[in-house]
Amino acid sequence: MAKARVYVTLKKSVFDPQGRTIHDALVSMGYEGVADVRQGKFFEVDLQGVPPERARETVDEIARRVLANPVIESYRVEVEP
Amino acid sequence: MKVGVVVFPGSNCDHDTLHVLGDVCGQEVRPVWHKDSDLRDLDAVVLPGGFSYGDYLRTGAIARFSPVMRAVGEFARRGGPVLGICNGFQILQEAGLLPGAMLRNQGVKFLSQPVHVRVERTDTPATAGLAAGSVLTMPIAHGEGNFYAAPDEIARLEGEGQVVFRYTTKDGRLEAEANANGSAAAIAGVCNAARNVVGLMPHPERASEAELGSEDGRRLFESLVRATSRVLA
Repeated sequence: MAKARVYVTLKKSVFDPQGRTIHDALVSMGYEGVADVRQGKFFEVDLQGVPPERARETVDEIARRVLANPVIESYRVEVEP
Repeated sequence: MKVGVVVFPGSNCDHDTLHVLGDVCGQEVRPVWHKDSDLRDLDAVVLPGGFSYGDYLRTGAIARFSPVMRAVGEFARRGGPVLGICNGFQILQEAGLLPGAMLRNQGVKFLSQPVHVRVERTDTPATAGLAAGSVLTMPIAHGEGNFYAAPDEIARLEGEGQVVFRYTTKDGRLEAEANANGSAAAIAGVCNAARNVVGLMPHPERASEAELGSEDGRRLFESLVRATSRVLA
């Protein structure tokens, strides 16, 4: 069974209100060294019956069509052999 | 004319919308279950507000794959008028039928309050009966209504006249305080290039009767009815 991880993050050019709120909270807690926080999403996708050579292609398609919205987000896929 | 109001799991403004179009505007209406895919009896389709599929993943992200959305896409491509309200707007964006995407509100809070929006375009079915520059008062109720598109896309939308509503003060001035969710270019509503698909974040169905504090929203539905009836005639 192939396992894949998908990381979805807001594009660099897109303001992240949640990340900013977390950043502000950390600074007010005394973590003055925190320069920025960006919040994203992390997915673990388990594949069954998908040939290993097709795993990346399949998860890439899932990430592109469903898990990320290309208008505001980018994504990265990792596939475990 | 006959209007369909799409019901997704988690829609919660469907009955209000059916009430306003049916009881207040006197039109024939029917709820359209999200698994339906036959819209041939309908002259206009409304995607109502709510929290379809619990807003899991992203607002509208799961609903856009409902069977009905393929039919809504075909209906729109044939020129049929489609109106998306709040979550309905978000679903139309996810489906690629309207431009842009919604970010979390700039202040991160869920906002439930009356807002003022200026009518920027009157060449859509939902705004054909309104005066350009007029200001409507309607409530918003959303956590993700912060309209985003890349700067070049915003410029294109402005150039093509696809910005239909903008958050303003009561007298129609653009001010940061009037744009509570932080939307790019204060955009509250847009249309597609063909102008038959319109989406907006405020809730016209919650501002369609005097006892609810504003009747401005009804003018959108009346406009939709008149514009659609004219096409049918």
